[in-house]
Amino acid sequence: MSAQNRSDTERRRRRPGGGPHGGLMMPIEKPKRGRQTVGRLWGYLRREKWLMAVVFMLVLVSAGAMLSGPYLIGVGIDRFIIPGDMPGLLMLAMAMIGLYLLGAGGMWLQNHIMVGMAQRTVRDIRKDLFDTIQDLPVRFFDTHTHGDTMSRLSNDVEHVANVLNNSVTQAFNSFITIFGTITMMLILSPVLTVMTLVTVPIMAVITKLVAVRTRHYFGEQQKHLGELNGLVEETISGQRVVKVFQQEDAMIEKFSEHNDDLRDSGVKAQIFAGVVGPTMNVINNLNFAIVAAAGGYLAIQDLITVGIIASFITYSRQLARPLNQLASQFNMVQSAVAGAERCFELMDEEKEPKDDDQAVELDDVQGEVRLVNVDFAYEPDVPVLKNVSLDVEPGETIALVGPTGAGKTTIINLLTRFYDIQSGSITIDGWDIRSIRRHSLRHALGIVLQDTYLFSDSVRENIRYGRLDASDEEVERAAEMAFADTFIRRLPHGYDTVLADDAGDLSQGQRQLLSIARAILADPAILILDEATSSVDTRTEVHIQRAMVELMKGRTCFVIAHRLSTIRDADRIVVINHGEIVEEGSHRELLEAGGFYSELYQSQFERAAS
Amino acid sequence: MLKIMRFLRPHWKAVLLAPLLMIAEVIADLYQPTLLASIVDVGVAAEDIPYILRTGAVMIGVALLGMAGGVGCTVAASMASQHFGADLRAALFEKVQSFSFANLDQYKTSSLITRVTNDVTQVQNLVLMGLRMMVRAPLLSLGGIVMAIRINPQLSMIFLVSIPVLAVIMALLVKRGFRLFTLVQEKLDRVNNVMRENLSGIRLIKAFVRSDHERKRFSVSNDDLMDMSVQAGRLMALAMPLIMLIMNLSIVGILYFGGVQVDRGTMMVGEIMAFVNYMIHILGSLMMVAFMFIMISRAQASGERIQEVLATEVDLHDEPEAEDIPVEEGRVEFENVHFSYPQASGEPVLQDISFTAEPGEMVGILGGTGSGKSTLVSLMLRLYDPDSGRILMDGRDIRHITLDALRRSVSIVLQDAVLFSGTIDENIRWGRPDAGTEQVVEAADHAQADHFIQSFPHGYDSVLGQRAVNLSGGQKQRVSIARGLIKDAPVLILDDSTSAVDLGTESRIQEALRRREPQATTFVIAQRITSVMDADTILVLDEGRIAASGTHDRLLAESSIYQDIYRSQMGEEAV
Repeated sequence: MSAQNRSDTERRRRRPGGGPHGGLMMPIEKPKRGRQTVGRLWGYLRREKWLMAVVFMLVLVSAGAMLSGPYLIGVGIDRFIIPGDMPGLLMLAMAMIGLYLLGAGGMWLQNHIMVGMAQRTVRDIRKDLFDTIQDLPVRFFDTHTHGDTMSRLSNDVEHVANVLNNSVTQAFNSFITIFGTITMMLILSPVLTVMTLVTVPIMAVITKLVAVRTRHYFGEQQKHLGELNGLVEETISGQRVVKVFQQEDAMIEKFSEHNDDLRDSGVKAQIFAGVVGPTMNVINNLNFAIVAAAGGYLAIQDLITVGIIASFITYSRQLARPLNQLASQFNMVQSAVAGAERCFELMDEEKEPKDDDQAVELDDVQGEVRLVNVDFAYEPDVPVLKNVSLDVEPGETIALVGPTGAGKTTIINLLTRFYDIQSGSITIDGWDIRSIRRHSLRHALGIVLQDTYLFSDSVRENIRYGRLDASDEEVERAAEMAFADTFIRRLPHGYDTVLADDAGDLSQGQRQLLSIARAILADPAILILDEATSSVDTRTEVHIQRAMVELMKGRTCFVIAHRLSTIRDADRIVVINHGEIVEEGSHRELLEAGGFYSELYQSQFERAAS
Repeated sequence: MLKIMRFLRPHWKAVLLAPLLMIAEVIADLYQPTLLASIVDVGVAAEDIPYILRTGAVMIGVALLGMAGGVGCTVAASMASQHFGADLRAALFEKVQSFSFANLDQYKTSSLITRVTNDVTQVQNLVLMGLRMMVRAPLLSLGGIVMAIRINPQLSMIFLVSIPVLAVIMALLVKRGFRLFTLVQEKLDRVNNVMRENLSGIRLIKAFVRSDHERKRFSVSNDDLMDMSVQAGRLMALAMPLIMLIMNLSIVGILYFGGVQVDRGTMMVGEIMAFVNYMIHILGSLMMVAFMFIMISRAQASGERIQEVLATEVDLHDEPEAEDIPVEEGRVEFENVHFSYPQASGEPVLQDISFTAEPGEMVGILGGTGSGKSTLVSLMLRLYDPDSGRILMDGRDIRHITLDALRRSVSIVLQDAVLFSGTIDENIRWGRPDAGTEQVVEAADHAQADHFIQSFPHGYDSVLGQRAVNLSGGQKQRVSIARGLIKDAPVLILDDSTSAVDLGTESRIQEALRRREPQATTFVIAQRITSVMDADTILVLDEGRIAASGTHDRLLAESSIYQDIYRSQMGEEAV
């Protein structure tokens, strides 16, 4: 699983369109299940199929109007200018103005409608993705990197949005224009058409040759850029260590190697990509020359008129643009389909199973918790909990103690149904937790997690997250109880201070205080503290603990902590090692028993106390 | 922005060559319609077939010449821009390497990374485009106008209408569009932010059953984004039809007024055709100019961010009298040291710090969060300079030792165990690049890391991913301790570097430290009293001052603040 993930992220790192300039001339990424994905995209677009039909009608109208322009130029020259029919010319000019206005109007309207349609579709896709996130089990988030998921939610959706916005109508437009132009050219002069189209295969061959090289060198460039960016990110993130160990010169040397590689592949990639422009230009000019010379020759033979040359030249100039556009749109569409595919992949991940129809709502929770013969493994064959049984009376405070990886947090994960047990049962007030509605179960549990998460919102709103309808006074009371009030008031705007992204402006300890306040406000029947005070300095912790004692009164409470001073006051200490409960009892009982706990205790205390 | 362009100077040949070659291409493009006109007006009119064929051949020749110019320009522009980019990137990277800690504090890490990577790419693209398009577009439109006027000054009056109209429309669109797209970007950031928060905070959201709340919150920003995107998109939807309309109306105008002139005999039919072609060239180039303005304004912001880094003054240098002689014994003295962070307001972080650590002694440093522990040790490496007071090593003011020699003499294990991609062996060797395998293993062994390293299939040659994701927090800390130990410096600092290591392992590490020869003067910052109680001296910091110092026994007997900490960790009955 994880290996696949890694190759996945690696592939994505090199994927086009990562930066703002992506999509320019990047290696093309081919979707794996193109047809299926397009079908699903169509599912979104179908909601707007009538508008879609209108857009296509408009494309026909505007393309038709634009196509008739060059023809009319020729007509004007032949029928009016050369014979000197000025009133006729004026009429024609008026007609052309009308036609062009119609064309421009049609083009504007189709773009206008398409923009709305595309954005609505993208909004719907975003919404479905977001809903998916809400419904995915915690296991998903534990096994997938956030970066990868995030890139699906932002970059990939953006890709789809861009293509919907521009490419769909443009591609249709290009098709019609190419088809129409060639038709018009054939009508005007089959001979000249054949001569003009001679350059098309040349163009195709050159483009193909160049494109292959370009793709190769761009691939190289992207690879080197990825490596270089990786190095830069790593070095600058660890800049303090680099300095302390005086590795600056070594880093610069490493950097220059990558930098030179990038430069050299960049030169080649840019040259090949840049050659396309002049090449297209020269083919255009060649065409121009062929039409001019051959047209002149034919005109002298009286096979065509001067007006036809004029029309023809404009048409042949027009042909290059949609051809180029189609080629570049093809790449963009491909990478968008690949992006859409990744979005759908995410939507298809297994969701948290729905609540059972017979699932109950808990009200008035007493807080009796019972684990019976619980077995659990995150990955098959690596059992984390083995045959764990535990009876907790209402109102009891249980401390879970044991070395890292013993399975303490796993018990919490199971209680909250972040993960489901594989055998055995867990009951609350006699109800199997799998028969309780998930939201009802989690309402009954108040959890302060090991890594405190805060939103980039005001302090007040962050605390209020515990109970959305709490009043300002209640929020502040909860903060006081958690000993957070003092430091909050010292913040620049007190409770209304908006926290920066990832709340980097607060210390780990302060963040823990806020999340304790949040749990206090939630006022749950069962309280779970997972290393809730590990980063609070010990003197503050003593204060919080006093508040906690108040809070824990009458509630069932689970406490996980490394500091033995935090857990000594629990009604019962449960010692876990290697996924099994090895000891149970009060602090004093366990010390007297002289087992695992007393050993732990000694390593921390006895040395100090003696 | 202009200052950054000095990096183009070494590549002046290519920079000069690119526009010159581009001129060739532009001339070729501009010459074609005139040749066409002469085919129609001279060749066809006089029924002179050889003339037509000759002119056709000239046109092909001109086209090929133009291509040579275009390709040459591309080559030169590519060379210039990529070399420019590479030089700029290297200059930035070297600059960052020379930064002091205070300099680093000025910038967010992510922002520095963006500057070295994305911003350079932006500017580099601008140079590439600039050397091609910025020459081509103005030349083509200017040349087109000149050629058109040469054919028929009167008919050129049409440009007097269509060019200003086009310019005004483009200017309005670009201006309004720029604002709208900035807003779209803001809304997009908002949407992405909610997404990110939901990814990182998913446990919390599930635990507090806030999915519906989050859905509502997301739907608001999602709708906002849609509305703004639609607004911006619809504005841009105007652009293409309007431009096409202006172009086409001008063509109609040329056709009509040209026709009138042909009727009067002041103009020829072929010239009308040439005129129409020049028109297309001119208006097309003007569009390109508008596009370039957008690019320039984007690159401008990048350029400024880059320049800011390059212009940052490195605030820590070797003093002129500094000697390149490392510390040998490791006696450390602080004399009335005061310190406050450059950016921070008011409150000094350290006040009046004085103490002496004899060679080989172990000094424990305790104190609450924010009491100044990490700051104190960072002064020893001259990561920052004190505001007043002196720090002496072996009796020498550390400002009289070169930074290089000083940092060779002091080894620090930082709180954050940052490892780099590469093998474990390479990571440990950072401390001393010339170390032998035995020394690596010995250092790892003392850091209690040898055991788990050996358990990996590739042992010391196991490759760590970026940020060492494949090691646990405690394992990373132990590797980083080994990296600090192998340096064998006379002064060793452990800055809360065993926080993720369990108690038993921690005491074994300390045991190993005491056995290491020669004995380094060791500073240990810790949260747990047990980590420092065996120290020769314990400094208790409180709000930037040394509140108490002495051995564990003495402090326990005399210092109330120490007793407080002790009690909070050991419980009431322990005292």
